[in-house]
Amino acid sequence: MAATQIIFAGFGGQGILFSGKFLANGALLEDRQVSWLPSYGPEMRGGTANCSVIISDMPIGSPIVADPDVIVVMNNPSFDKYEELLVPGGKAFVDSSLITRQAVRTDIDAYYVPATKLASDNGLDGLANMVLIGNLIRKTGVISWDNAETLVKKIVPAKRQDLIELNLKALDIGYNWEN
Amino acid sequence: MSEKVLMKGNEAIAEAALMAGCRHYFGYPITPQTELTAYMAKRLPKMDGVFLQAESELAAINMVIGVSSCGKRVMTSSSSPGISLKSEGLSYLAGCCLPAFVVNVQRGGPGLGGIQPSQSDYWQATRGAHGDYRTIVLAPDSVQEMVSLTIKGFELADKYRMTAMLLADGTLGQMMEPVSLDAGEIKTFDKPWATTGTKMARPHNIINSLSLIPEELEQWNLERFARYDEAEANEVMYEEYRMEDADVCVVSFGITARVSKNAVDEARANGIKAGMIRPITLWPFPKKPLLAAADKVKAFISVEMSMGQMIEDVELATRCKKPVLLCSRTGGVIPSVKEVLEKINEAEKIGGDRA
Repeated sequence: MAATQIIFAGFGGQGILFSGKFLANGALLEDRQVSWLPSYGPEMRGGTANCSVIISDMPIGSPIVADPDVIVVMNNPSFDKYEELLVPGGKAFVDSSLITRQAVRTDIDAYYVPATKLASDNGLDGLANMVLIGNLIRKTGVISWDNAETLVKKIVPAKRQDLIELNLKALDIGYNWEN
Repeated sequence: MSEKVLMKGNEAIAEAALMAGCRHYFGYPITPQTELTAYMAKRLPKMDGVFLQAESELAAINMVIGVSSCGKRVMTSSSSPGISLKSEGLSYLAGCCLPAFVVNVQRGGPGLGGIQPSQSDYWQATRGAHGDYRTIVLAPDSVQEMVSLTIKGFELADKYRMTAMLLADGTLGQMMEPVSLDAGEIKTFDKPWATTGTKMARPHNIINSLSLIPEELEQWNLERFARYDEAEANEVMYEEYRMEDADVCVVSFGITARVSKNAVDEARANGIKAGMIRPITLWPFPKKPLLAAADKVKAFISVEMSMGQMIEDVELATRCKKPVLLCSRTGGVIPSVKEVLEKINEAEKIGGDRA
Protein backbone atom coordinates (compact mmCIF):
# COMPACT_ATOMS: atom_id res chain seq x y z
CA MET A 1 0.00 0.00 0.00
CA ALA A 2 1.34 3.42 -0.93
CA ALA A 3 1.50 6.38 1.39
CA THR A 4 -1.65 7.89 2.85
CA GLN A 5 -1.44 11.61 3.60
CA ILE A 6 -3.95 12.93 6.09
CA ILE A 7 -4.74 16.42 7.39
CA PHE A 8 -6.77 16.99 10.56
CA ALA A 9 -8.08 20.51 11.05
CA GLY A 10 -10.43 22.40 13.33
CA PHE A 11 -10.41 24.70 16.33
CA GLY A 12 -7.82 24.44 19.09
CA GLY A 13 -9.31 22.30 21.86
CA GLN A 14 -11.21 19.89 19.61
CA GLY A 15 -8.52 17.24 19.93
CA ILE A 16 -7.14 17.76 16.44
CA LEU A 17 -3.52 17.08 17.40
CA PHE A 18 -4.57 14.12 19.53
CA SER A 19 -6.50 12.59 16.61
CA GLY A 20 -3.39 12.70 14.49
CA LYS A 21 -1.33 11.25 17.29
CA PHE A 22 -3.83 8.42 17.67
CA LEU A 23 -3.59 7.42 14.01
CA ALA A 24 0.21 7.82 14.03
CA ASN A 25 0.47 5.48 17.00
CA GLY A 26 -1.84 3.05 15.24
CA ALA A 27 0.53 2.98 12.29
CA LEU A 28 3.51 2.52 14.58
CA LEU A 29 1.77 -0.44 16.21
CA GLU A 30 1.58 -2.02 12.76
CA ASP A 31 5.28 -1.31 12.28
CA ARG A 32 4.68 1.08 9.40
CA GLN A 33 6.47 4.33 8.61
CA VAL A 34 4.78 7.40 10.00
CA SER A 35 5.26 11.12 10.51
CA TRP A 36 3.15 13.59 12.50
CA LEU A 37 3.54 17.31 12.05
CA PRO A 38 1.46 19.82 14.02
CA SER A 39 0.77 23.45 13.47
CA TYR A 40 2.27 25.27 16.40
CA GLY A 41 2.15 28.74 17.82
CA PRO A 42 -0.77 31.07 18.40
CA GLU A 43 -3.25 28.69 16.77
CA MET A 44 -2.68 26.21 19.60
CA ARG A 45 -4.27 28.71 21.94
CA GLY A 46 -7.79 28.83 20.59
CA GLY A 47 -7.55 29.61 16.88
CA THR A 48 -7.35 27.04 14.13
CA ALA A 49 -5.27 23.94 14.65
CA ASN A 50 -4.15 21.35 12.18
CA CYS A 51 -1.79 18.44 11.89
CA SER A 52 -0.43 16.37 9.06
CA VAL A 53 0.05 12.63 9.30
CA ILE A 54 1.70 10.44 6.70
CA ILE A 55 1.42 6.67 6.96
CA SER A 56 3.49 4.68 4.51
CA ASP A 57 5.22 1.40 3.84
CA MET A 58 8.20 3.27 2.39
CA PRO A 59 10.52 5.70 4.20
CA ILE A 60 8.82 9.10 4.38
CA GLY A 61 10.50 12.07 2.70
CA SER A 62 8.89 15.37 3.51
CA PRO A 63 6.47 15.27 6.46
CA ILE A 64 4.58 18.21 4.98
CA VAL A 65 1.26 17.33 3.36
CA ALA A 66 0.45 19.52 0.37
CA ASP A 67 -2.00 17.19 -1.41
CA PRO A 68 -3.91 15.20 1.19
CA ASP A 69 -5.60 11.88 0.40
CA VAL A 70 -7.81 12.27 3.45
CA ILE A 71 -9.00 15.29 5.43
CA VAL A 72 -10.80 15.35 8.76
CA VAL A 73 -12.41 18.74 9.30
CA MET A 74 -14.19 20.08 12.35
CA ASN A 75 -15.02 23.66 11.39
CA ASN A 76 -16.10 25.66 8.35
CA PRO A 77 -12.81 27.49 7.68
CA SER A 78 -10.92 24.19 7.71
CA PHE A 79 -13.32 22.61 5.24
CA ASP A 80 -13.03 25.67 2.99
CA LYS A 81 -9.25 25.54 3.13
CA TYR A 82 -8.62 21.83 2.70
CA GLU A 83 -11.43 20.65 0.44
CA GLU A 84 -9.71 22.14 -2.57
CA LEU A 85 -6.37 20.54 -1.66
CA LEU A 86 -7.76 16.99 -1.61
CA VAL A 87 -6.48 14.76 -4.39
CA PRO A 88 -9.17 13.59 -6.83
CA GLY A 89 -10.82 10.56 -5.26
CA GLY A 90 -9.78 11.77 -1.81
CA LYS A 91 -11.94 11.37 1.26
CA ALA A 92 -13.29 14.12 3.49
CA PHE A 93 -14.60 13.37 6.98
CA VAL A 94 -16.83 16.23 7.97
CA ASP A 95 -18.28 16.98 11.40
CA SER A 96 -21.72 17.86 10.05
CA SER A 97 -22.96 19.18 13.37
CA LEU A 98 -20.45 22.03 13.09
CA ILE A 99 -20.01 22.37 9.33
CA THR A 100 -23.05 23.73 7.65
CA ARG A 101 -22.32 23.07 4.01
CA GLN A 102 -21.86 20.06 1.77
CA ALA A 103 -18.76 19.40 -0.33
CA VAL A 104 -18.49 21.51 -3.47
CA ARG A 105 -16.31 19.08 -5.33
CA THR A 106 -17.84 16.06 -7.00
CA ASP A 107 -14.59 14.16 -7.53
CA ILE A 108 -14.13 13.39 -3.83
CA ASP A 109 -15.96 11.20 -1.32
CA ALA A 110 -17.39 13.22 1.54
CA TYR A 111 -18.53 11.44 4.69
CA TYR A 112 -20.80 13.48 6.93
CA VAL A 113 -20.80 12.51 10.58
CA PRO A 114 -22.65 14.69 13.13
CA ALA A 115 -19.79 13.88 15.46
CA THR A 116 -20.19 16.67 18.00
CA LYS A 117 -23.91 15.94 18.40
CA LEU A 118 -23.36 12.17 18.57
CA ALA A 119 -20.70 12.68 21.23
CA SER A 120 -22.81 14.98 23.32
CA ASP A 121 -25.96 12.78 23.00
CA ASN A 122 -23.95 9.89 24.37
CA GLY A 123 -22.31 11.71 27.25
CA LEU A 124 -19.03 11.93 25.40
CA ASP A 125 -18.52 15.67 25.29
CA GLY A 126 -15.15 16.55 23.80
CA LEU A 127 -14.75 13.22 22.02
CA ALA A 128 -16.22 14.19 18.64
CA ASN A 129 -12.73 13.76 17.23
CA MET A 130 -12.73 10.09 18.20
CA VAL A 131 -16.17 9.61 16.61
CA LEU A 132 -14.72 10.92 13.35
CA ILE A 133 -11.64 8.71 13.68
CA GLY A 134 -13.87 5.67 14.15
CA ASN A 135 -15.62 6.49 10.90
CA LEU A 136 -12.31 7.18 9.17
CA ILE A 137 -10.90 3.81 10.15
CA ARG A 138 -14.07 2.12 8.81
CA LYS A 139 -14.01 3.97 5.49
CA THR A 140 -10.27 4.09 4.78
CA GLY A 141 -8.83 1.06 6.56
CA VAL A 142 -5.68 3.15 7.00
CA ILE A 143 -5.05 1.47 10.34
CA SER A 144 -6.47 -1.77 11.68
CA TRP A 145 -9.69 -1.60 13.70
CA ASP A 146 -8.57 -4.70 15.63
CA ASN A 147 -5.89 -2.61 17.37
CA ALA A 148 -8.28 0.12 18.51
CA GLU A 149 -8.51 -1.05 22.10
CA THR A 150 -4.76 -1.63 22.51
CA LEU A 151 -4.16 1.74 20.99
CA VAL A 152 -6.56 3.63 23.26
CA LYS A 153 -4.97 1.96 26.29
CA LYS A 154 -1.52 2.89 25.05
CA ILE A 155 -2.22 6.50 24.31
CA VAL A 156 -4.54 7.56 27.14
CA PRO A 157 -2.34 8.97 29.93
CA ALA A 158 -1.96 6.76 33.01
CA LYS A 159 -3.65 9.39 35.17
CA ARG A 160 -6.78 9.40 33.03
CA GLN A 161 -7.63 5.70 32.83
CA ASP A 162 -11.30 6.64 33.20
CA LEU A 163 -11.13 7.95 29.64
CA ILE A 164 -10.39 4.57 28.06
CA GLU A 165 -13.99 3.35 28.04
CA LEU A 166 -15.28 6.73 26.82
CA ASN A 167 -12.77 6.88 23.96
CA LEU A 168 -13.60 3.34 22.91
CA LYS A 169 -17.31 4.15 22.96
CA ALA A 170 -16.73 7.25 20.80
CA LEU A 171 -14.67 5.28 18.30
CA ASP A 172 -17.35 2.61 18.19
CA ILE A 173 -20.14 5.12 17.50
CA GLY A 174 -18.17 6.57 14.59
CA TYR A 175 -17.19 3.16 13.24
CA ASN A 176 -20.83 2.04 13.17
CA TRP A 177 -22.27 5.31 11.83
CA GLU A 178 -23.90 4.67 8.48
CA ASN A 179 -23.26 7.55 6.09
CA MET B 1 17.14 -2.70 18.55
CA SER B 2 14.84 -1.29 21.19
CA GLU B 3 11.16 -0.80 20.52
CA LYS B 4 10.34 2.33 18.56
CA VAL B 5 8.40 5.13 20.17
CA LEU B 6 6.78 8.21 18.70
CA MET B 7 8.57 11.31 19.89
CA LYS B 8 8.76 14.97 19.03
CA GLY B 9 12.15 16.07 17.77
CA ASN B 10 12.63 18.45 20.69
CA GLU B 11 11.92 15.69 23.22
CA ALA B 12 14.13 13.23 21.38
CA ILE B 13 17.08 15.64 21.63
CA ALA B 14 16.52 15.95 25.37
CA GLU B 15 16.27 12.20 25.88
CA ALA B 16 19.40 11.64 23.78
CA ALA B 17 21.30 14.20 25.85
CA LEU B 18 20.40 12.27 28.99
CA MET B 19 21.55 9.07 27.29
CA ALA B 20 24.85 10.79 26.48
CA GLY B 21 25.38 11.45 30.18
CA CYS B 22 24.35 15.10 30.31
CA ARG B 23 23.05 15.91 33.80
CA HIS B 24 23.20 19.70 33.58
CA TYR B 25 20.80 21.78 31.54
CA PHE B 26 20.50 25.55 31.57
CA GLY B 27 18.04 27.29 29.34
CA TYR B 28 15.26 29.73 28.81
CA PRO B 29 12.06 28.75 26.99
CA ILE B 30 11.41 29.95 23.46
CA THR B 31 9.16 28.67 20.67
CA PRO B 32 9.70 26.35 18.80
CA GLN B 33 12.11 24.52 21.11
CA THR B 34 10.33 24.79 24.46
CA GLU B 35 9.45 21.07 24.66
CA LEU B 36 13.16 20.39 25.05
CA THR B 37 13.40 22.65 28.09
CA ALA B 38 10.17 21.22 29.50
CA TYR B 39 11.39 17.64 29.06
CA MET B 40 14.60 18.43 30.94
CA ALA B 41 12.63 20.14 33.70
CA LYS B 42 10.65 16.96 34.15
CA ARG B 43 13.46 14.43 33.89
CA LEU B 44 16.65 15.91 35.33
CA PRO B 45 15.51 16.40 38.95
CA LYS B 46 14.57 12.70 39.07
CA MET B 47 18.07 11.74 37.92
CA ASP B 48 19.95 13.82 40.47
CA GLY B 49 20.71 16.22 37.66
CA VAL B 50 20.50 19.97 37.54
CA PHE B 51 17.77 21.70 35.59
CA LEU B 52 17.83 25.44 35.84
CA GLN B 53 15.65 27.91 33.99
CA ALA B 54 18.01 30.84 33.94
CA GLU B 55 16.93 34.46 34.17
CA SER B 56 18.11 35.01 30.62
CA GLU B 57 19.85 33.31 27.71
CA LEU B 58 23.05 35.09 28.63
CA ALA B 59 22.94 33.68 32.14
CA ALA B 60 22.23 30.19 30.79
CA ILE B 61 25.26 30.10 28.48
CA ASN B 62 27.50 31.38 31.27
CA MET B 63 26.26 28.58 33.52
CA VAL B 64 27.25 26.22 30.73
CA ILE B 65 30.77 27.70 30.84
CA GLY B 66 30.90 27.04 34.57
CA VAL B 67 29.82 23.41 34.44
CA SER B 68 31.96 22.66 31.40
CA SER B 69 34.99 24.06 33.25
CA CYS B 70 34.40 21.35 35.85
CA GLY B 71 34.58 18.68 33.18
CA LYS B 72 30.89 17.71 33.15
CA ARG B 73 28.71 17.22 30.10
CA VAL B 74 26.40 20.21 29.84
CA MET B 75 24.04 21.78 27.36
CA THR B 76 21.74 24.63 26.56
CA SER B 77 19.15 25.07 23.86
CA SER B 78 17.23 27.89 22.29
CA SER B 79 15.82 29.20 19.05
CA SER B 80 17.30 31.84 16.77
CA PRO B 81 16.93 35.12 18.74
CA GLY B 82 17.97 33.27 21.89
CA ILE B 83 21.12 31.97 20.20
CA SER B 84 22.07 35.53 19.32
CA LEU B 85 21.89 36.34 23.01
CA LYS B 86 24.11 33.35 23.78
CA SER B 87 26.68 34.37 21.17
CA GLU B 88 29.01 36.10 23.60
CA GLY B 89 29.18 32.93 25.68
CA LEU B 90 29.82 30.81 22.61
CA SER B 91 32.90 32.88 21.84
CA TYR B 92 34.06 32.63 25.47
CA LEU B 93 33.60 28.85 25.36
CA ALA B 94 35.86 28.77 22.31
CA GLY B 95 38.37 31.11 23.94
CA CYS B 96 38.49 28.85 26.99
CA CYS B 97 38.71 25.67 24.87
CA LEU B 98 35.65 24.24 26.61
CA PRO B 99 33.36 21.55 25.26
CA ALA B 100 29.64 22.34 25.13
CA PHE B 101 26.55 21.08 23.39
CA VAL B 102 24.18 23.75 22.11
CA VAL B 103 20.90 23.30 20.26
CA ASN B 104 19.33 25.83 17.90
CA VAL B 105 15.81 24.96 16.75
CA GLN B 106 15.67 27.72 14.17
CA ARG B 107 12.78 30.07 13.46
CA GLY B 108 12.38 32.89 10.97
CA GLY B 109 14.47 36.02 11.39
CA PRO B 110 16.14 38.47 11.61
CA GLY B 111 15.21 40.25 14.82
CA LEU B 112 12.36 38.67 16.72
CA GLY B 113 11.29 37.31 13.32
CA GLY B 114 8.54 34.72 13.50
CA ILE B 115 8.05 31.33 15.08
CA GLN B 116 7.81 29.20 11.96
CA PRO B 117 10.76 27.08 10.76
CA SER B 118 13.82 28.56 9.10
CA GLN B 119 17.43 27.76 8.27
CA SER B 120 18.60 31.33 8.19
CA ASP B 121 21.04 30.91 11.09
CA TYR B 122 23.39 28.92 8.84
CA TRP B 123 25.95 31.71 8.74
CA GLN B 124 25.63 32.36 12.45
CA ALA B 125 26.09 28.67 13.27
CA THR B 126 28.99 28.00 10.92
CA ARG B 127 30.72 31.36 11.35
CA GLY B 128 29.86 32.23 14.93
CA ALA B 129 30.55 35.19 17.13
CA HIS B 130 33.71 37.29 17.56
CA GLY B 131 37.20 35.91 17.30
CA ASP B 132 38.95 33.13 15.43
CA TYR B 133 37.12 29.94 16.20
CA ARG B 134 35.07 27.12 14.78
CA THR B 135 31.92 25.32 15.87
CA ILE B 136 31.01 21.78 14.89
CA VAL B 137 27.55 22.10 13.36
CA LEU B 138 25.35 19.03 13.05
CA ALA B 139 22.23 19.14 10.89
CA PRO B 140 19.76 16.28 11.46
CA ASP B 141 16.97 15.58 8.98
CA SER B 142 14.90 13.19 11.09
CA VAL B 143 13.94 12.63 14.69
CA GLN B 144 16.12 9.51 14.71
CA GLU B 145 19.09 11.56 13.56
CA MET B 146 18.35 14.14 16.25
CA VAL B 147 19.06 11.33 18.71
CA SER B 148 22.22 10.02 17.07
CA LEU B 149 23.66 13.47 16.37
CA THR B 150 22.97 14.68 19.91
CA ILE B 151 25.01 11.81 21.29
CA LYS B 152 27.65 12.39 18.62
CA GLY B 153 27.65 16.10 19.46
CA PHE B 154 28.53 15.51 23.10
CA GLU B 155 31.31 13.14 22.06
CA LEU B 156 32.81 15.49 19.48
CA ALA B 157 32.63 18.45 21.84
CA ASP B 158 34.63 16.55 24.45
CA LYS B 159 37.04 15.07 21.91
CA TYR B 160 38.00 18.41 20.37
CA ARG B 161 37.28 20.70 23.34
CA MET B 162 34.89 22.86 21.36
CA THR B 163 31.20 23.61 20.98
CA ALA B 164 29.09 21.22 18.97
CA MET B 165 25.85 22.78 17.83
CA LEU B 166 22.81 20.85 16.70
CA LEU B 167 21.16 23.02 14.06
CA ALA B 168 17.53 21.98 13.67
CA ASP B 169 14.41 23.95 12.77
CA GLY B 170 10.86 24.36 13.97
CA THR B 171 9.53 21.55 11.80
CA LEU B 172 12.00 18.95 13.01
CA GLY B 173 11.58 20.13 16.58
CA GLN B 174 7.80 19.84 16.47
CA MET B 175 7.27 16.75 14.33
CA MET B 176 6.91 13.23 15.69
CA GLU B 177 8.43 10.17 14.10
CA PRO B 178 9.11 6.67 15.37
CA VAL B 179 12.48 6.62 17.02
CA SER B 180 14.63 3.93 18.54
CA LEU B 181 16.32 5.05 21.73
CA ASP B 182 19.17 2.61 21.45
CA ALA B 183 22.24 4.48 22.58
CA GLY B 184 24.90 1.88 21.93
CA GLU B 185 28.22 2.61 23.54
CA ILE B 186 28.65 6.20 24.71
CA LYS B 187 32.22 7.46 24.33
CA THR B 188 33.71 9.50 27.14
CA PHE B 189 36.99 11.39 27.23
CA ASP B 190 39.52 12.20 29.94
CA LYS B 191 39.55 15.86 30.87
CA PRO B 192 42.87 16.51 32.60
CA TRP B 193 42.33 20.24 32.01
CA ALA B 194 39.15 20.43 34.09
CA THR B 195 39.00 22.41 37.33
CA THR B 196 38.14 19.51 39.59
CA GLY B 197 40.34 20.42 42.56
CA THR B 198 44.10 19.85 42.72
CA LYS B 199 43.93 17.77 45.91
CA MET B 200 47.35 19.35 46.44
CA ALA B 201 48.69 16.86 43.91
CA ARG B 202 48.98 18.92 40.74
CA PRO B 203 49.31 22.52 39.61
CA HIS B 204 46.12 24.54 39.24
CA ASN B 205 44.15 24.18 36.05
CA ILE B 206 43.18 27.59 34.77
CA ILE B 207 40.26 28.20 32.43
CA ASN B 208 40.69 31.56 30.78
CA SER B 209 40.19 33.30 27.46
CA LEU B 210 42.10 36.49 28.23
CA SER B 211 45.70 37.13 27.25
CA LEU B 212 47.24 40.58 26.92
CA ILE B 213 50.36 39.19 25.30
CA PRO B 214 49.78 39.09 21.54
CA GLU B 215 52.26 36.29 20.92
CA GLU B 216 50.66 34.15 23.60
CA LEU B 217 47.14 34.74 22.25
CA GLU B 218 48.37 33.89 18.78
CA GLN B 219 49.84 30.67 20.12
CA TRP B 220 46.49 29.78 21.71
CA ASN B 221 44.78 30.36 18.38
CA LEU B 222 47.28 28.14 16.59
CA GLU B 223 46.70 25.37 19.11
CA ARG B 224 42.94 25.72 18.74
CA PHE B 225 43.16 25.53 14.99
CA ALA B 226 45.35 22.43 15.15
CA ARG B 227 42.40 20.76 16.90
CA TYR B 228 39.98 22.21 14.34
CA ASP B 229 42.14 20.83 11.52
CA GLU B 230 41.89 17.42 13.07
CA ALA B 231 38.12 17.70 13.36
CA GLU B 232 37.93 18.84 9.76
CA ALA B 233 40.00 15.87 8.62
CA ASN B 234 38.08 13.27 10.63
CA GLU B 235 34.53 14.30 11.28
CA VAL B 236 32.88 15.22 7.98
CA MET B 237 29.49 13.54 7.60
CA TYR B 238 27.17 13.60 4.60
CA GLU B 239 24.67 11.45 2.73
CA GLU B 240 24.67 10.86 -1.00
CA TYR B 241 21.29 10.05 -2.54
CA ARG B 242 20.90 8.76 -6.11
CA MET B 243 24.14 10.47 -7.14
CA GLU B 244 25.60 7.56 -9.19
CA ASP B 245 24.73 9.01 -12.60
CA ALA B 246 23.24 12.34 -11.61
CA ASP B 247 23.20 15.34 -13.97
CA VAL B 248 21.78 17.67 -11.35
CA CYS B 249 22.98 17.68 -7.77
CA VAL B 250 20.70 19.10 -5.11
CA VAL B 251 22.50 20.18 -1.95
CA SER B 252 20.30 20.53 1.08
CA PHE B 253 20.27 19.84 4.82
CA GLY B 254 17.69 19.33 7.53
CA ILE B 255 14.01 19.60 6.69
CA THR B 256 14.58 20.94 3.17
CA ALA B 257 16.64 17.81 2.42
CA ARG B 258 13.48 15.80 3.16
CA VAL B 259 11.50 17.93 0.70
CA SER B 260 14.35 17.69 -1.81
CA LYS B 261 14.47 13.91 -1.56
CA ASN B 262 10.85 13.77 -2.74
CA ALA B 263 11.69 16.17 -5.57
CA VAL B 264 14.70 14.07 -6.64
CA ASP B 265 12.47 10.98 -6.75
CA GLU B 266 9.84 12.81 -8.82
CA ALA B 267 12.49 14.16 -11.19
CA ARG B 268 13.86 10.64 -11.65
CA ALA B 269 10.33 9.40 -12.37
CA ASN B 270 10.15 12.08 -15.07
CA GLY B 271 13.42 10.89 -16.58
CA ILE B 272 15.71 13.57 -15.17
CA LYS B 273 18.83 12.28 -13.50
CA ALA B 274 18.77 14.14 -10.23
CA GLY B 275 20.61 13.31 -7.05
CA MET B 276 21.35 14.89 -3.70
CA ILE B 277 24.29 15.47 -1.41
CA ARG B 278 23.05 16.16 2.09
CA PRO B 279 25.64 17.71 4.40
CA ILE B 280 25.13 16.26 7.89
CA THR B 281 28.01 18.30 9.29
CA LEU B 282 27.69 21.91 8.10
CA TRP B 283 31.09 22.47 9.66
CA PRO B 284 33.21 20.68 8.71
CA PHE B 285 31.49 21.05 5.34
CA PRO B 286 31.63 18.05 2.96
CA LYS B 287 33.89 19.78 0.45
CA LYS B 288 35.42 16.65 -1.08
CA PRO B 289 32.24 14.90 -2.28
CA LEU B 290 30.95 18.20 -3.66
CA LEU B 291 34.16 18.89 -5.55
CA ALA B 292 34.10 15.36 -6.93
CA ALA B 293 30.48 15.83 -8.01
CA ALA B 294 31.42 19.09 -9.77
CA ASP B 295 33.31 17.05 -12.35
CA LYS B 296 30.24 14.94 -13.09
CA VAL B 297 27.08 16.99 -12.86
CA LYS B 298 25.79 19.87 -15.02
CA ALA B 299 24.69 22.06 -12.14
CA PHE B 300 24.04 22.26 -8.41
CA ILE B 301 21.00 23.56 -6.58
CA SER B 302 21.24 24.80 -3.04
CA VAL B 303 17.85 24.27 -1.40
CA GLU B 304 17.60 26.15 1.87
CA MET B 305 15.24 28.24 3.98
CA SER B 306 17.29 31.42 3.85
CA MET B 307 18.03 34.08 1.25
CA GLY B 308 21.00 31.93 0.22
CA GLN B 309 23.61 31.19 2.88
CA MET B 310 24.84 27.63 2.36
CA ILE B 311 25.02 28.34 -1.36
CA GLU B 312 28.29 30.23 -0.70
CA ASP B 313 29.84 27.12 0.85
CA VAL B 314 28.67 25.07 -2.12
CA GLU B 315 30.29 27.54 -4.52
CA LEU B 316 33.51 27.48 -2.50
CA ALA B 317 33.57 23.71 -2.22
CA THR B 318 32.95 23.21 -5.94
CA ARG B 319 35.30 26.10 -6.81
CA CYS B 320 32.55 27.47 -9.05
CA LYS B 321 33.21 24.74 -11.60
CA LYS B 322 29.50 24.46 -12.32
CA PRO B 323 26.57 26.84 -11.86
CA VAL B 324 24.95 26.76 -8.44
CA LEU B 325 21.26 27.71 -8.45
CA LEU B 326 19.33 28.75 -5.39
CA CYS B 327 15.93 27.39 -4.43
CA SER B 328 14.79 29.08 -1.29
CA ARG B 329 11.89 30.33 0.79
CA THR B 330 12.23 32.39 3.93
CA GLY B 331 10.34 33.86 6.85
CA GLY B 332 9.00 30.50 7.99
CA VAL B 333 7.87 29.20 4.60
CA ILE B 334 9.09 25.74 3.57
CA PRO B 335 9.85 25.23 -0.13
CA SER B 336 7.42 22.79 -1.72
CA VAL B 337 8.40 19.66 -3.62
CA LYS B 338 7.02 21.39 -6.73
CA GLU B 339 9.30 24.39 -6.28
CA VAL B 340 12.37 22.18 -5.94
CA LEU B 341 11.27 20.12 -8.91
CA GLU B 342 10.92 23.25 -11.07
CA LYS B 343 14.44 24.27 -10.11
CA ILE B 344 15.73 20.81 -11.00
CA ASN B 345 14.11 21.12 -14.43
CA GLU B 346 15.73 24.54 -14.87
CA ALA B 347 19.15 23.25 -13.79
CA GLU B 348 18.90 20.30 -16.15
CA LYS B 349 18.40 22.68 -19.09
CA ILE B 350 20.96 25.37 -18.32
CA GLY B 351 23.81 23.32 -16.94
CA GLY B 352 27.15 23.30 -18.73
CA ASP B 353 28.61 20.30 -20.55
CA ARG B 354 28.66 17.05 -18.71
CA ALA B 355 32.27 16.03 -18.22
